[in-house]
Amino acid sequence: MNLADGVQLVSFAVLAAMMLGAALGVVLLANIVYSAFLLGLVFVSMSGMYILLNAGFVAAAQVLIYVGAVNVLILFGIMLVNKREDFAPVKNVWLGRAATGAVCLGLFALLGTMILATPWVISIAPPAGDDAMVVIGKHFFSDFLLPFELASVLLLMAMIGAIVLARRDLLPDELADQDGREPPVALKLPERPRELISGKK
Amino acid sequence: MQLEYFLLVAAALFCIGIYGLVTSRNAIRVLMSIELLLNSVNLNLMAFSNYLDPQGIRGQVFAVFVISIAAAEAAVGLAIVLAIYRNRDTVDMEQFNLLKW
Repeated sequence: MNLADGVQLVSFAVLAAMMLGAALGVVLLANIVYSAFLLGLVFVSMSGMYILLNAGFVAAAQVLIYVGAVNVLILFGIMLVNKREDFAPVKNVWLGRAATGAVCLGLFALLGTMILATPWVISIAPPAGDDAMVVIGKHFFSDFLLPFELASVLLLMAMIGAIVLARRDLLPDELADQDGREPPVALKLPERPRELISGKK
Repeated sequence: MQLEYFLLVAAALFCIGIYGLVTSRNAIRVLMSIELLLNSVNLNLMAFSNYLDPQGIRGQVFAVFVISIAAAEAAVGLAIVLAIYRNRDTVDMEQFNLLKW
């Protein structure tokens, strides 16, 4: 084992420990704001893993998209739904958690044995390295052209759908009614009243 | 550095994500668990791309697609959570029985 392999192994161990610890924190911590910030730590250590796997472009995309967009979006979602409520206790909650934990451990054992038992055909070709971006671009515009275009259409659809789902119902007639008499109160938009649908039947 | 290490870490992350997906009460935490699942799949794709197909790197192309789909999923999922919160005044997963008869 030369020096480069040792450095790679140590950084892999540090990144893996950081990622798994932060993921456990995301799932198990009670405060959801801590969970959101630990999710950012998971994404950052994941991008470090990508750099270990000779994929600098996807590592940069991971930091930009996940940490910069998805994590911030989740934090804004937490702020918008900032209601400190104690959930009503469900009886036998420990039973469900124990069963889920057992199933997850069994799944991990299954996947682990499958990974260790499969004879992987490791390629001996040199990795693409810094030319990866050129190769990815060639893939996008030759044999993956249709999924690439479909992904752009899907992003547009998701954007419009998110706007339509999350906007409020405003009352345009009251807005038009108010002009001329008194200036409308700042930061106060008339909203269509709607009754809450009760959870209990 | 071997392929199996990365695959084992990705499997562990996947199992943690499944556990959080099933046991969480908060709807936003469920969305975060889905992000964990998608990230573990991405790590698998990148490991296969580096060790089994280092010249073609189709795995990185698939990972970029998965990242874009995950961004769209997060946006639509948070919009749905906001709409439900505005109607039901809670984010408790146990109270969401709109589709139950």
